[in-house]
Amino acid sequence: MVSYIIQRFVAGILTIIAASIIAFVVIQLPPGDYVTAYIANLQATGTMVSMEEAAALRIQYGLDQPVYIQYLKWVGLMLRGNFGMAMEYNRPVLEVIGDRMTLTVIVSFAAVVFIWALSLPIGIYSAVRQYSIGDYIFTFIGFIGIAVPNFMLALIIMYVSYRFFNVQSIGGLFSPDMALQPWSWAKVWDLITHLPLPAIVLGLAGMAEVVRIMRANLLDELRKPYVVTARAKGLAEHRVILKYPVRAALNPFASTIGYIFPFIVSGSIIVSLVLSLPTVGPLLFKALIAQDLFLAATILLLLAVLTVIGTFISDLILMWIDPRIRFGMEGSK
Amino acid sequence: MAEAVETLKGSTLPPQRDAEAERAAADRISMATQWQLMWWRFRKHRLAMAAAVVVLFGYTIVLFADFFAYANPRQSDAQLSLLPPQPIYFFEDGQFRPHVLGLTGKRDPRTFRRVYEPDPEKKMYLTLFAQGYEYKLFGFIPTNRHLIGVTNGRAEDGIFLMGTDLQGRDLFSRLMLATQTSLTIGLVGVALSLFLGVLLGGISGLYGGVVDAIIQRLIEIVRSIPTIPLWMGLAAAMPSEWPITRIYFFITIIIALIGWTTMARVVRGRFLALREEDFVTAAELAGASQMRIIFRHMVPSFLSHIIAATTLALPAMIIAETSLSFLGLGLRAPAVSWGVLLQQASNIQAVAITPWLLIPAIPVIVMVLAFNFLGDGLRDAADPYG
Repeated sequence: MVSYIIQRFVAGILTIIAASIIAFVVIQLPPGDYVTAYIANLQATGTMVSMEEAAALRIQYGLDQPVYIQYLKWVGLMLRGNFGMAMEYNRPVLEVIGDRMTLTVIVSFAAVVFIWALSLPIGIYSAVRQYSIGDYIFTFIGFIGIAVPNFMLALIIMYVSYRFFNVQSIGGLFSPDMALQPWSWAKVWDLITHLPLPAIVLGLAGMAEVVRIMRANLLDELRKPYVVTARAKGLAEHRVILKYPVRAALNPFASTIGYIFPFIVSGSIIVSLVLSLPTVGPLLFKALIAQDLFLAATILLLLAVLTVIGTFISDLILMWIDPRIRFGMEGSK
Repeated sequence: MAEAVETLKGSTLPPQRDAEAERAAADRISMATQWQLMWWRFRKHRLAMAAAVVVLFGYTIVLFADFFAYANPRQSDAQLSLLPPQPIYFFEDGQFRPHVLGLTGKRDPRTFRRVYEPDPEKKMYLTLFAQGYEYKLFGFIPTNRHLIGVTNGRAEDGIFLMGTDLQGRDLFSRLMLATQTSLTIGLVGVALSLFLGVLLGGISGLYGGVVDAIIQRLIEIVRSIPTIPLWMGLAAAMPSEWPITRIYFFITIIIALIGWTTMARVVRGRFLALREEDFVTAAELAGASQMRIIFRHMVPSFLSHIIAATTLALPAMIIAETSLSFLGLGLRAPAVSWGVLLQQASNIQAVAITPWLLIPAIPVIVMVLAFNFLGDGLRDAADPYG
């Protein structure tokens, strides 16, 4: 059990290292660097920048050195808790990111909670009442969830709420008068009331997938002889279903959460842009356009860390509900 | 096996008690090739058959995009900016004479928006295979025939099935061209990821050991990196001055970079399963070379699984391209794709005032669903004995 945890932990660390390299290299890919983009921007407004100034800027940000040295320097900085300067804002990266990372986590977590809270009962219902009207309705909703990309879902919800409910402003995570105030219980409550919409938009596709898996697993379990035995013994129907088959079907359910988390985090980026949520999404978008090296690379890296943590937690949950993994038995992975 | 034979019989022959006919049916099934069995199985899957028709329809549009368009999708006209969809009137004085009404645009003095009024005096009659703007069919046959057009005047001034965009370009005609781009970009992307997946998954499954472990770790790492930020990073790396064709090609590479992992897993799993099969051992004992075993014996037996996996991978590719272009990081104007069209509907003002700009969302949803149903049907059919 301990070796399993260590194994997953090492895998997570490896992934984070790989992600940091990929993030750094990807941002470096475009020809030119932040200074080129910066100068082009200045020239567009009519300011001329001399070669010396450009060179001085490059030295200031360390952009004159080879990529691998820049990378190692960045890693060195990070180990000391400093993520570098956000060039466009001329402030430390962490300060620019600020609350946005926390809000990203909160939004993603809300989506996971939404998925878990709804897909479990719906999955059980659809399997137990297979081919009922309710089953068909949920299957239909599931197909919508799979077929409609979440940013499009956000657009459609925006349209519907404007057209039929005459809601002018939808989206955001805070009411306009709350956004700039310091944290308080009122603000937390404001956040909670704004969470359901992004959670649904983000979670619908994942929910559809989990319901589908849950339903299929439970259907397989329900056909097994031990269920017949339990019924024959005269066990109450809800106990027949909840006591054993649901527990057995839960296993893949937990592992699904692990790989759904990366989807939610990446989905939150694009949904944030449409629904104008104050998460890291819009910030990353701007940083990528401006080639703001440290800011973009840090956000990419933090997102990767987030998914690794999510996967790790799902591994732990899997271990908790499945004794075969806990005791390192045959047939476990 | 017995069950499969039963169901196959039920689907292909009317139930008969005649023993001879039953034997003939059994013979027919045991004589049928693998592909025939799959086709029989697939045919029973109604939803998948319907999806296949939709997919075929989509790719017909890809082939004849300019033919289905009636107005020049590249020509803008400020006089026709943001025109709502206009109806076609099918009857005139009780007779079937489809026509549209000419429009006069005015600016509303209070809201400053352009408003359009149909002019009942200015009728334009519709006809099939009409002449319109010049284009090259399949890229080399010059022609100016279109599926619909008007007899008197230009189609650009008369027909607006889905309205126009900000630049006054006809949305329906642009949608036809966008379909061409979006559906082919998915195909190219899936072909690339198929190549990578079969290569790496094959190596992984065939050699096992350290190579397998490394490739599996690689897949795990790629899968745990959030895709959209990675795509955004890669897409932002494309210089904006690149020509469209190069951007198009680069986008397919970007979306294939993620897709190959699923494919590699399918191929590896199949290789692992087949390696132990008797017929592979038999071929080995008969002295067949490794290449021959792979391509003559193993690949044909899991080809159907790969086809199914490919079909199921397509929707993800289409959504990826649409999302990137929607963000403005993928294809850019003057290229037209579903995502590029949807970009005009990216804020609440646009959605509220000009809801028809959301129409390109419909083909995305329809095609993604169709590919999912088709893939499900193919996956079931891929294993005709199951």
